[in-house]
Parts: sequence; C-alpha cells; structure tokens
Amino acid sequence: MEGTINLGGNIAILGYGLSAIGPGIGIGLIFAAYINGVARQPEARGMLQSIAILGFALAEALAIFGLVLAFVFRSA
Amino acid sequence: MSYTVLAAVSGLSAASDSGDGFEAPTPEEFYQPLFGSGDFSFTRPMALFAISAVLIAAFLIVTTRKAAVVPGKGQWITEQGYNFVRNGIAQDIIGSKEFLRYVPLLFTLFCTILVNNLFGVIPPFQYPTMGRVGFPIALALLVYVIYQVLAFKRKGVIGYLKSLIPDGLPTAIVPLILFLEIITYFVTRPVTLALRLFGNMFAGHLLLLLFILGGEYMMFHADGIHMKVFGAGSYILAAAMTVFEILIEALQAYIFTMLAATYIADSLSDHH
Repeated sequence: MEGTINLGGNIAILGYGLSAIGPGIGIGLIFAAYINGVARQPEARGMLQSIAILGFALAEALAIFGLVLAFVFRSA
Repeated sequence: MSYTVLAAVSGLSAASDSGDGFEAPTPEEFYQPLFGSGDFSFTRPMALFAISAVLIAAFLIVTTRKAAVVPGKGQWITEQGYNFVRNGIAQDIIGSKEFLRYVPLLFTLFCTILVNNLFGVIPPFQYPTMGRVGFPIALALLVYVIYQVLAFKRKGVIGYLKSLIPDGLPTAIVPLILFLEIITYFVTRPVTLALRLFGNMFAGHLLLLLFILGGEYMMFHADGIHMKVFGAGSYILAAAMTVFEILIEALQAYIFTMLAATYIADSLSDHH
C-alpha cells in the first residue's frame, strides 16, 4: 500500500518494553533508598545491602517475566 | 573472537553468507544437541553441567585436602567463598541457631550456579547452562520441595496456613489475604526463582550473541568501509557487555542463594 511503512519484527517485544518500565522505576527507588541509608549511616551498609539486593531481585522478576513471555508469545 | 570461531565451527552463525542479510540470533541458538536427537538428545548444557560438577569437586578437594592454619592461595579462595555463604547469607538470614544445617545446601547451590553462569563467558565453554530453562527449574524445584517440607514439618498444615496471615487483620479480609499468600508461597515464589535465573542468563547471552554476531556480520560480510567501523564499535560494546555480564552472573548466583535462604528462614520462623 502507498503511504504505509512496513515495520518488521515482533509486537510481543513491545510487551517487554512496557513490562520493563515498572521494574526500572522500582529498582531506581530501591537503590536510591539504599544509597540514602548508607549515606546517613555508613555502618549499616552490610545489612542494607542484602535488603536492597533482595528488593532488587523481587522487582526485577516482573521485567524477566516480560522478557520470557515476549519470546513465548511471539508470532511465527 | 572465539564466539565467531565457535559460530563458524558449529554452523549456528546467524549471519548467513548467502547474501540474505543479517538475521538476529533467536532463542533456537540455545538448543545445541551434541549427539542424539529429539527429547532424549544429549545437549551442550548437560555436558557443561557435568563438567561444572567435576570442576567444583576437584577444586574444593584440592584446595582443602592439605588445609593449613595459614591458608595458601587456593585455600584462601575456598575459605572466602565458604565464609561468604556461611556468614554472609546463611547466618544473617536463617539466624545463628539453625543455619548450620542448611549451609551445605546453600554452598552447593552457590557454587553450582556461579560456575555454570561463568561458563557463559569463559572461552572453551561459552554457554550459560542456566540459559536453558530446565536447569533453573530443577534447582528451583529442589529449593521449593525443601522449604515446603520444612514448613509442613515444623508447623503442620493448620499452623502453616495460620503463619501466612499477619496478626491483627480484620476477619473480613482474612480469606482474601490467605488466598494471595497461598498463591505467593506455592506458585509465585518457585516460578520467579527459576525464571529470574533463566531470564537473566538467557537475555544476557542473547545480547552478547547479538553484538558479536552483528559485529562479525558488519566487519566481514557487509559492504562499505563505514560498516567496518560500526563492526569494530559493536565488538567494543560486546567486550563491555561481557564485563557487565560477569557482574550479573555473580550477582544472580548470590540472589538465588539468598532467596533460597530467605524461603527456608520463612519456613522455620513462626510468624509472618
């Protein structure tokens, strides 16, 4: 057709892009809080670190879901 | 770069020479049967997993056989790793009363995942075992069975269900919370545990493949001198990504072990 652009690729990958927004913000917030905490109380670093990484891992799970599902639902 | 060599040797090169243009690597690149075919083929990650077991066992035995009070280099590495898992993960999370029973499990998990992940960038192997979803599922299943059995043994069925509900909740929303918590404990936790490891390794390796195969294509197959520059840029980015990938691989081994410890600690403690 005239006037249309043919885009290749896979619309399921857009879902990954969408699913990465929330975890991106969440991980940013988590590490912002972690940096704040360490700046206020440097001796709490060890304890805060494991909590921060735990939160990071939990938030990241959603983005990973998005990635996996992007490949699961790709059409042809 | 040995990725290119490997790709050329095993014939999985995404950049075909027939002039069709560059084809991005797909998840199918991860299916690499060594011999046999179909469901019962012996694949590359299976070989790597076996190699990792031998390597870890050999390393641990060699470095601790002649354990000295003043450790040598090998013993120092083993001790640091063991210390990290024992004190940094097990003791901190499970608590100093009961953690010792679970240290062997956690240390085994940590070593296995770390070595298998690092296989993703170590030249003769260069395949993250955990990039095939079956392997993380097996590990997550192990952790799942252990923490569920522990919880049922420790608290009983009724006690387990009771421990899922936080104290001081209005009775009206108890069934709702219970439902959500059951989903969390029985479905979400094991699924995310397996998928997190798988997804990270899979995505990371696919990214490396894309940069390196793309670089190779632009360097050697595309026309024009500017494409050579882009290819070189792609290679440089691939090198940077490799460093980043090493970081992620170690981090994922730590996260998996830490989450396993957290779930076990949850099963052992009485309250939510």
